[in-house]
Amino acid sequence: MVEQIDLTQVNWARAQFALTAMYHWIFVPLTLGLSFLVAFFESIYVRTGNEEWKRLTKFWMTLFGINFAIGVATGIILEFQFGTNWSNYSWMVGDIFGAPLAVEGIFAFFLEATFFAVMFFGWNRVSKGFHLFSTWMVAFGSNLSALWILVANGWMQFPTGMKFNLDTARFEMQNFWEVLFSPVAISKFTHATSSGFLLASLFVVGISCWYLLNERHQTMAKRSIIVAAVFGLLSATYVIFTGDEAAYTVAQKQPMKLAAMEGLYVGQESAPLVAAGLINSAKLPGDNMDPFALEVKIPGLLSLLANRDPGSFVPGINDLVFGNQEQRVIGAAERIEKGKIALELLRTYKDARKSGDQAGAEAAQQAFAGYKDHLGYGYLNSPSEAVPPVGLTFYAFHIMVITGSIFPLVLLLILYFQIKGNLASHRWLLYLGILCVPLGYVSSQAGWVLAEVGRQPWAIYGLLPVTVANSNLTTGAVLTTFMIFLAIFTLLLVAEISIMAKQINIGPEEN
Amino acid sequence: MKVGRKLWAIIFIKLFIMFAILKVFFFPDYLQTNFTNDEERAAHVFKNITRLSQNK
Ligand code: HEM
Repeated sequence: MVEQIDLTQVNWARAQFALTAMYHWIFVPLTLGLSFLVAFFESIYVRTGNEEWKRLTKFWMTLFGINFAIGVATGIILEFQFGTNWSNYSWMVGDIFGAPLAVEGIFAFFLEATFFAVMFFGWNRVSKGFHLFSTWMVAFGSNLSALWILVANGWMQFPTGMKFNLDTARFEMQNFWEVLFSPVAISKFTHATSSGFLLASLFVVGISCWYLLNERHQTMAKRSIIVAAVFGLLSATYVIFTGDEAAYTVAQKQPMKLAAMEGLYVGQESAPLVAAGLINSAKLPGDNMDPFALEVKIPGLLSLLANRDPGSFVPGINDLVFGNQEQRVIGAAERIEKGKIALELLRTYKDARKSGDQAGAEAAQQAFAGYKDHLGYGYLNSPSEAVPPVGLTFYAFHIMVITGSIFPLVLLLILYFQIKGNLASHRWLLYLGILCVPLGYVSSQAGWVLAEVGRQPWAIYGLLPVTVANSNLTTGAVLTTFMIFLAIFTLLLVAEISIMAKQINIGPEEN
Repeated sequence: MKVGRKLWAIIFIKLFIMFAILKVFFFPDYLQTNFTNDEERAAHVFKNITRLSQNK
């Protein structure tokens, strides 16, 4: 029996999740990076004893506080949605995520709550050394709490270290370390946190550039620029390094996402990287149309990025949809057949259990093991449903990489002229420094769009499509909460920007 | 610090809206509210994942 899935409901639930995650990610990367910058500033203050550095530290700490206060708990909303909109999924992964998220909840909460209080309210109440220690702990604590959620996301992108329990319909953790140290989880953590460091550095540099343009608080601005530009440059280098690693991991574990983010339909050896391009939106898998209306290619670079070998074969969307025997690529078409068998075996197992046929249940379970990796494909109606939205994935990747290549150059120039002592006379560069603040956010959001849109149609890669992960709710219910969130988050964003702008305008407290 | 007071207000209003209104009235845990025990929940999910196929 086949039941209708209300796709409109699924799509509203997806839109709601995307909306919440994107708003949440406005606050998070700044917290991750600014916490470290504040710790650097305060360390300099403690070493030098110079009150100017204390004033500077307190100023950036206030902005950190604004961002934290407005952003705090926006992530909890995601967890609400799991239980309400995505109940099948939540049930199935409860065993995997329960542990990491519980550890995060307890550990990070106590770490953060204790040290946050000292950091904000303890200036004249505890020793300088303990205050500094608390600031550092806030930085480590915030980043550590990002670890668990990124591990969870990494697992959804590349499910590992688990076993599917046919009786409980749950994925059960078999090996915690395999989940924690999966290559996808590691690349998520390193890339996402370092991109936060970069974004926060751009934020500090940008605001400081604004002060220099307006000839206000110039000493503070120059000092902030030196520290943030150095941190930003180091972070940008690391972001590019981890981004390269992320692309390699994507190529190995999610080849369809890689093909989509490069608009590669026909797989090839020595595949070129499309540095920039305009996607032909009418293009479909298997047709003869050109995937691009316009493109600039760099020969061999995609093969190098994907397999660390410039001559290697990179499968395209067509190969992954229809299969390519010569290159031993299994296509979605074949996987759908196997997936349908996996689903049938699940049903057989259940029926056998119900009727007390132990031998039949065991046989079905054993047979299921041979098909389980294709389970999710059993839900697809046609092979092309395995293809994510190519345009969005492609543009998100390219926006991230192009902006990501500009940031280190801008930071390097700003640092160079600052050290030379004539930064303020290069007004164009100051404007560019300010422009990099919104661009940093765009880049960072594009990263998540790539990661999440690029893995469609899956909630759990290859095992559970989003259309099966959701709850049996009405569209109206999901639409209502979508609108409520839109209103609340927009209000929060307006509050963030206006309070932040006001505080920046006030500047550091006078002594 | 004026901004401090404003931020505390935002934090409390936000937490109130989230936990006392949204969570209670709009975000019931689907499986917790509709089923009484884990066996029923597992059976429900199992039914969903084995009988559904994607539709246009
Ligand atoms: C310049 C070279 C860069 C490369 C090669 C690169 C590569 C990648 C790749 C391949 C992914 C997808 C990973 C996945 O789907 O699992 C990704 C995700 C992401 N990127 Fe980048 N990236 C670069 C720069 C940046 C910059 C400058 C930022 C932000 C300031 C950024 C922020 C992100 C974020 C937030 C994600 C989502 C989290 C994740 O999947 O790790 N990236 N990046």
